Amino acid sequence: MSRPAHRRPAYHKIGYGIGTRLVEDFLARSCVGRCHSYSEITDIIAQVAFKMYLGITPSVTCNNSSRNEFSLILDKNPLVEFVEELPAGRSSLCYCNLLCGIIRGALEMVHLAADVTFLQDRLKGDSVTEIGITFLKKREEKKYRRKK
Amino acid sequence: MAIFSVYVVNKAGGLIYQLDSYAPRAEAEKTFSYPLDLLLKLHDERVLVAFGQRDGIRVGHAVLAINGMDVNGRYTADGKEVLEYLGNPANYPVSIRFGRPRLTSNEKLMLASMFHTLTGIKFVVLADPRQAGIDSLLRKIYEIYSDFALKNPFYSLEMPIRCELFDQNLKLALEVAEKAGTFGPGS
Repeated sequence: MSRPAHRRPAYHKIGYGIGTRLVEDFLARSCVGRCHSYSEITDIIAQVAFKMYLGITPSVTCNNSSRNEFSLILDKNPLVEFVEELPAGRSSLCYCNLLCGIIRGALEMVHLAADVTFLQDRLKGDSVTEIGITFLKKREEKKYRRKK
Repeated sequence: MAIFSVYVVNKAGGLIYQLDSYAPRAEAEKTFSYPLDLLLKLHDERVLVAFGQRDGIRVGHAVLAINGMDVNGRYTADGKEVLEYLGNPANYPVSIRFGRPRLTSNEKLMLASMFHTLTGIKFVVLADPRQAGIDSLLRKIYEIYSDFALKNPFYSLEMPIRCELFDQNLKLALEVAEKAGTFGPGS
């Protein structure tokens, strides 16, 4: 039996692959324009994207006063709707890491580096499921807009 | 037809898809007897129909071939001037093929529209300026791209697009746009 600890990064990677493609589909269908702040981006992820693809709307909280760390609180996670509890011996499995990978992949395609992790997980006994997004330094914007 | 080409350019600036003048040009070949009931004139080194319309031949169509031999601008294949040839009753009956003139890069009637997505993919459409609805066409192409190119597991991002479903749906979308859009004299 393989080690669940090694499986964890794989979900993130799968999610990353999904995210890079999903973002184009999302932009094509939702007509959102360019965002001007990290909180706007997180709001759109929560209210438009999650709603479009999973049918749920997580709530957004801001953790950090420097405005680049946010959390999405999901009270209902469709991916684990039918899971009662994690199988014994696999308690460190966190397959909702898929969602984290998707968000990270999507953000990277629009030139925003971010760290996305699971902060709390209902399956593991926490009260809610919480995904934390930390925006890292914005990648150098292409210079084609520079006025000279 | 009013939409001439579609190009898709990736983030690095490489062309990953192109579709040129996909629609067959409407052509009509008819046998005429003297006198010709269409008025022809010379324009831009081509012989065009200036007045008169019958059987699928419209104003603006060019003379493409006479008696089966392709016409070269204003001269026939054997060097005779087309207008002179057609003015001489001795040459009739003659079979002339008319059609929309082939597009050259000298056309002053082309409008290029580009749609630049937030992810860096650029969609470029070359069309007749009279063609309406290019904006919605570009969005539709973006949707088709996300549906058929991105969801294809064998397609790698930023690589040339070789997905049949993408081709098919793109051509369908172009046809729909043309039928709905043009407000100028049709082909």
